[in-house]
Amino acid sequence: MSLDPITLTVIQAGLQQVCDEMDLSFSRAAFSPVIAEANDRSDGIYSAEDGSLIAQGAGGLPVFVGTMQYSTRSLIEMIRDGRAAEPQPDDIYIVNDPYLGGTHLMDVRFARPFYRKGELYCWLSNTGHWPDTGGAVPGGFSASATAVEQEGLRLPPVRLFKQGRLDPEIMAIISSNIRVAEQRIGDVKAQAAALLVGEARLNALLDRYGDDTVSEAIAELRQRAAVQMRAFIAEIPDGSYSSTAWVDSDGVVNEPLAIRLTVTKNGDGLTFDFAGSSPPCAGPMNSVRATTLSSVYLAMRHIFPEVPISAGAFEPLHVTGIEGTFLDAQYPRPVSGCAAEVSQRIAEAVFAALVEPLPDRVTAAPAGTSGNFALGGHDPAQGRDYVMYQISGGGYGGNADHDGLSNGCSTIGISKAPPIEIMEQQFPVLYRRYALHEGSGGAGRHRGGFGLDYEVELRRGAARASFVMDHGRFGPQGALGGRDGAPNRVTVWQSGKPYTPAHLSKEQDIPLKAGDRVRVQTPGGGGYGDPFTRPPEAVLEDVRLERYTPDQARDLFGVAITGEPPHVDEAETAALRARAQAAVSPASGR
Amino acid sequence: MTDQTSGAVAGVDVGGTFTDLLELDQRSGRVRLAKVPSTLENQAFGVMDALRAADCDLAALDLIVHGTTTTTNAVLERKLAKTGLITTQGFRDVLELGRRTRPRPYGMKGSFTPLIPRDLRLEVPERMDSDGQVVVPLDEAALRAAGERLLAQGCEAVVVHFLHAYANPAHEVRAAEILREIWPNDHITMGHALLSESREFERGVTAAANAAVQPLLDRYIRRLVRELERGGYRGDVLVMNGNGGMVSSSRVALEAAKTVMSGPASGVMAAAYTGRRARQENLITYDMGGTSTDVALIRGAEPTVSNEIEIEYAMPIHVPMVDVRTVGAGGGSIARVDASGLLEVGPESAGADPGPICYGRGGMRPTISDANLILGRLDPSRLNAVEGGVTVEAVKEIFARELGAPLGLDAVGAAEAVIRVANMKMAGAIRMVSISLGADPRDFALFAFGGAGPLHACALARELGIPHVLVPARPGITNAIGCVVADLRHDFVTTINTPLDQLDPDRLHAVFSAQTAEGEALIARERVEIRDIRHIYSVDMQFVGQTHLLRVPLERPDVDLATLRRLFEAAYFNRFRVELSDIRANVVNVNCSVIGARAELDLSALIDPTGRKATLEEAWIETRPVHFDGGWRDVPVYWRDHLPERFVLDGPAIAQQMDTTVLIAPGDVAHGDGDGNILIEIGGAA
Repeated sequence: MSLDPITLTVIQAGLQQVCDEMDLSFSRAAFSPVIAEANDRSDGIYSAEDGSLIAQGAGGLPVFVGTMQYSTRSLIEMIRDGRAAEPQPDDIYIVNDPYLGGTHLMDVRFARPFYRKGELYCWLSNTGHWPDTGGAVPGGFSASATAVEQEGLRLPPVRLFKQGRLDPEIMAIISSNIRVAEQRIGDVKAQAAALLVGEARLNALLDRYGDDTVSEAIAELRQRAAVQMRAFIAEIPDGSYSSTAWVDSDGVVNEPLAIRLTVTKNGDGLTFDFAGSSPPCAGPMNSVRATTLSSVYLAMRHIFPEVPISAGAFEPLHVTGIEGTFLDAQYPRPVSGCAAEVSQRIAEAVFAALVEPLPDRVTAAPAGTSGNFALGGHDPAQGRDYVMYQISGGGYGGNADHDGLSNGCSTIGISKAPPIEIMEQQFPVLYRRYALHEGSGGAGRHRGGFGLDYEVELRRGAARASFVMDHGRFGPQGALGGRDGAPNRVTVWQSGKPYTPAHLSKEQDIPLKAGDRVRVQTPGGGGYGDPFTRPPEAVLEDVRLERYTPDQARDLFGVAITGEPPHVDEAETAALRARAQAAVSPASGR
Repeated sequence: MTDQTSGAVAGVDVGGTFTDLLELDQRSGRVRLAKVPSTLENQAFGVMDALRAADCDLAALDLIVHGTTTTTNAVLERKLAKTGLITTQGFRDVLELGRRTRPRPYGMKGSFTPLIPRDLRLEVPERMDSDGQVVVPLDEAALRAAGERLLAQGCEAVVVHFLHAYANPAHEVRAAEILREIWPNDHITMGHALLSESREFERGVTAAANAAVQPLLDRYIRRLVRELERGGYRGDVLVMNGNGGMVSSSRVALEAAKTVMSGPASGVMAAAYTGRRARQENLITYDMGGTSTDVALIRGAEPTVSNEIEIEYAMPIHVPMVDVRTVGAGGGSIARVDASGLLEVGPESAGADPGPICYGRGGMRPTISDANLILGRLDPSRLNAVEGGVTVEAVKEIFARELGAPLGLDAVGAAEAVIRVANMKMAGAIRMVSISLGADPRDFALFAFGGAGPLHACALARELGIPHVLVPARPGITNAIGCVVADLRHDFVTTINTPLDQLDPDRLHAVFSAQTAEGEALIARERVEIRDIRHIYSVDMQFVGQTHLLRVPLERPDVDLATLRRLFEAAYFNRFRVELSDIRANVVNVNCSVIGARAELDLSALIDPTGRKATLEEAWIETRPVHFDGGWRDVPVYWRDHLPERFVLDGPAIAQQMDTTVLIAPGDVAHGDGDGNILIEIGGAA
């Protein structure tokens, strides 16, 4: 090693700063709220040889943690094979093909070659979630698509900017195929401008420290990130750890899909073997390879947030057995659910497998669904069509330190839900309730957090409701003796009659008229540890705050609560808990 | 009305550790200073101690301006008055559910405690829609019953927070009327009163914070005023708000939430004032203390004010406040070597207890302050003064073992590495703050204060390409100076949310007129002499379809729509380098700040002119070895209070004063000015 560790640290911070500034620039200038407010975007630096991740912005959407290196790798291979055009300085490629290292079609990647002294030095790339890329339904989340063509416009890597100039012909093709196209030019310009910011900052860094020093630092940092990840992996006792996570259904065929995972610690590496998982499905709950790998990486980063985002950190992680399963779907399988839902089930499988060997770090399962509810209709008062999106949070899993957080963001996202008042300003709806989903937190020594319980009424005109969610059939898994959180429940009230979607958490185009209502009760988090060991005072507090009923306190936690004001009946509680102790067979975890 | 500001003014700022006082007597030119430990249970004791320590004659004082952390601490530690919420049926959990977030992007742990617990959040039938039309009338009997139930549960304050009250406050106003009939005190907060903007979580949290700190602030201010009067004080007490303006003690509790962040705001106000007098009107303030560093931006001598500040995770207090960002490292930030063999500094901090190793309170982990000590930047001879103190050798031993060994460096090399990494990280954080506010740091001077700011400022400025560093006369009591120089200030935000092409310009002008009139009326009620009244006008705009806002400053309120469009597009291009002339624009908020500017204060006595020496040689204390860029240099150390008025000093040099050390790096040149500031020219940018 010729570089001193201080120079390494300084260059590491410098590379990180380049990416963070790209993230900031992209969000601030972006047009669509999905990027500007929800930060559904990511920016990074990728190697010229194989696209491997050099650095990525800290504020990027977690699900993109690993995807762009695969998308850049595909691009490099296609350029070598002559399937994509040779790069020129100031070109920017656009690509959203899921099978070329992507996620779903809405995540549009830009890649800009970065030159030093006339040589390609690395790639700058970013991804932004566009509000629409065409397809059967506005927004792209079709719950019943059976081929990718129904999901939107699919772009292979083509140069949208040629030597700095936006190609109006390609832009015209895109604009003719997507909804609300006039606003997209704002996102295109913001996405390209962010890469330009990155180029300027990276040039400054290279000018200051020298190209060779920085190159050497990049190689060294990659190696050290791997060392650091291996040091964390060393905390895990040798052995194999298995779990299964279930996707409710694919939206077309009403059968659950299994993610079967065995994590094996071998030496200082971890193998994530998904063999035995369900085959590719007919509906849009397929994942593509890049998204599956990225989901494993993001789950590991939730467990070890200290490790920098770098290709080196992923080196000790080996993913096997996805070929032939729905976690490695091939063209033309529909994939819109991969980034929002399947990715979260993969992360859940990782958490469920590793909570036993890493009980202090890993939580019980979080709600793990983005809760996409789309309402499309015509507002007669404003004389216009609209599409409203409501995303929702859910409970997080209990963990060694705390009860789970209530109404937390999706595992793979960092976006805030819009305020009710803004929704009502923009769309002809009235919310009747926006409340804690009482009783939903999975029982445990540390219970799961609570989901959300909202109900929204259509005020005028006609509309169609679509849902792409999950965890309707199975609640988020409890851990180490904790109970599962409550499942997701969708109820549509049409002319005063309740209707539950056949797929529970997924359905498309349910007709609504004025006065009809939609109620969504999102999942609670899984409980952590035996609920019968939860301090009775904590259970009393939950009952006092009407989070659980006294009956639930008795059944789930073995705590008897009586009287007004409510108090713990110590003798009865002791009896309940003693009886449970006696009844538990050694094998029964939950 | 007596002209109070021309007499003796005392600024008292209560911080987390110390209570600082500055008394400025404009007639005699006398300055008194004090720094005493804060008394956090009842901050009034510390205030009285400070007045005693400075030997202030309360009867002769004309005005006291007070910065307090009473409300900040109450919110952050959730030591709040028992407060109830009455809200729209179906929405009592809004304050607990938040916006679907988690504390950090990675890591699925975390917890959140709402300001008002669930059993004290009650619902009543009532509903407005977004146009302010009544959907469900207010159930007055249910409202009354809810109020009585909260009283029976022991609530001292109450919030009424109804959906869409910003569009039509009628239900909130009526509810407050009913509550006044039964509520035993004035602690009734209406959700729309502080913040009349849509977004129910943010508005609700702001109102809840206000209600929950109101009784505490009210009691505290009454007690303080009583103590002061007992000591013979006859003047008014003004309290600093987070917007950097002050407000009468008799009114401050009404809008108690506005005092959250008053401390950091006073520091920034002092910076703006000092900078304007020193002809450095564009400043990045850099306040580095023991545990954290605060950064703010000042343009044209006006601090950046935001009404979207989140004071901690899921705790938005959306009243106009000086936009102060905490960027992490402080003198107590801990350095360690991680599993990959790389040096990390922070975010873990040794805090005040045990603090850095060199405090001698049992700290055993290397910190930034310890590194400064090893490098000779902090005075090693001061260590011996501490009871049970440690030696530099002991600190070096820990550095060599904890950091040096894994990095392959000696103790000095390790200390240098800690400073280098810390400065790099702080510079990066400052750069991000400045870019996120649309500013290039190179267009600013760095205003360094706090205990540790002036030690690091030259290195940061060099890293950031900032040409000048300004160190004020009294970096350790900057917040108290901010109190003394603060103006009266009232900020107004009115949401109109109208597309520009549908906006009636008369409506816009009427909003500005109403805001101006209200602000001027409030200022006229204060017993403070005003030199002149200034207005700051702006609108918050966006392109239709966007969610974030861009503030467009206006020179005058009677702007026409074509000009507004042009100004917005120019501001947008300036910020994002993106031109979007084909898209319609929205005017969201109309903002006006009315500022009652007080008479100019003379700051030249902050460093006692009679204590100054005629030559640099006379101000010299010693020459000690200080480590820079891989080598030791003999560096002259001067007692700052003895420096001649307009000195010129080539770096490397150190100016030492009671509570701060100013480090002038090699290649930099320091100049003294009449107000006692040091302006450092940074030689050769990075």
